[in-house]
Amino acid sequence: MGAQLRLLRRRIKSVKSTAKITRAQELIASSRIVKAQQRMQAAEPYEREITRAVSGVVSNTASVDHPLTTAKEQPRRAAVLIVTSDRGFAGGFNANILREAEALGGLLRGKGIEPVPYVVGRKGIAWHSFRGREMGGQWGGFSDNPSYGNAKEIAGALIAAFSDEDGIDEIHVVSTEFISMLTQEVAVKRILPLEVVETTEKPETPLPYFEFEPTAADVLDSLLPRYVESRIFATLLQSAASEHAARRRAMKSATDNANELIRVFTMQMNQARQAEITQEISEIVGGANALADAAAGKE
Amino acid sequence: MAKLRVGVVSPEREIWSGEADMVIAKTVDGEIGIMPRHTPVLGVLVEGGVLTVKRGGGEPDLVAAVHGGFLSVADNEVSILAEVAELGSEVDVARAKNALDRAQASVEAEMAESDAAALKRARARLRAAGEEVG
Repeated sequence: MGAQLRLLRRRIKSVKSTAKITRAQELIASSRIVKAQQRMQAAEPYEREITRAVSGVVSNTASVDHPLTTAKEQPRRAAVLIVTSDRGFAGGFNANILREAEALGGLLRGKGIEPVPYVVGRKGIAWHSFRGREMGGQWGGFSDNPSYGNAKEIAGALIAAFSDEDGIDEIHVVSTEFISMLTQEVAVKRILPLEVVETTEKPETPLPYFEFEPTAADVLDSLLPRYVESRIFATLLQSAASEHAARRRAMKSATDNANELIRVFTMQMNQARQAEITQEISEIVGGANALADAAAGKE
Repeated sequence: MAKLRVGVVSPEREIWSGEADMVIAKTVDGEIGIMPRHTPVLGVLVEGGVLTVKRGGGEPDLVAAVHGGFLSVADNEVSILAEVAELGSEVDVARAKNALDRAQASVEAEMAESDAAALKRARARLRAAGEEVG
């Protein structure tokens, strides 16, 4: 067997085993998307209700004067919460987020605000620590299956830094939004100071006048942190679903690519084998002819 | 008589939703009973409270342990936004008792804040399951 033939056989074998791995990853990711989507849907009622409650309080109290809703006149430092994944194998998922985060950082610096990264997901943490950038906070290990406790922890750290006089004055979030199975987009949002999101569809009746137990200020005090938590939780869930979708897509194209390589290599291998056979035949024929010529010359 | 539409939701999932005649919950100001046509209310619930939903029509009451959160009433709609909530029927009594004992022991040893909260939670859980707690 020729050396080239052996080489091609070896490559085909290795590409085949790679294809098996990427195919398995693809299947795992697609089964997890469904689960992540279900969790997103399960979290929806709470987020909807809490948004309604917050807008209820805000529309009732004429002037909302709460530290979490008032913007500082001269913001100096802004936290940027960057939500990445723990593992790679997801195509441009993390690269897109980090690029967007860098762009936001530049924008903030242009306004004279110093961005402080708070990073979720090992990939983002590795990216920042490799470049020697200081992080305000880092959390990892739950990007593909976040729990509410994780969101609480992150929100707690952010709100504490926000309430601190020398801490941060704004909180931005860079994360991936899950729009559909095929589309996920990197979105940049500001979550604090709070802009209470007005629902797009106007309620048919104006929000009723609420009574508060114990007082409006107390309700707001405990409501707003929960609202921030729920927003961060929703962000984490969306990011998890997007991560799985991105991984599925990346692994699908890797599998397709591997199969294409196998096809090309198989063709080359067949050609090499055929060339070898042809050469052997022509050598035999040539040898036989030479013998026949020699015998004819003797006579 | 009009009925209340009740939803008990936690951040991770919707725990229960349905119709009821009356809802009893405990806010930081005290117990509050909501019947149909109640004025809109927004209340802060206590840590380790018990929520009772009287469903009427011969159906058994729904009892749940609710650990912190909010109660919002508007337009005959009652939403309980709980950080953590468990239906009484889902409570593992043996485990909750165990947790209660453990929390009690550590509270007596040193008054730690987290243990006090754990104690309240365990009590609420047992009460929701219909157990007598001292």
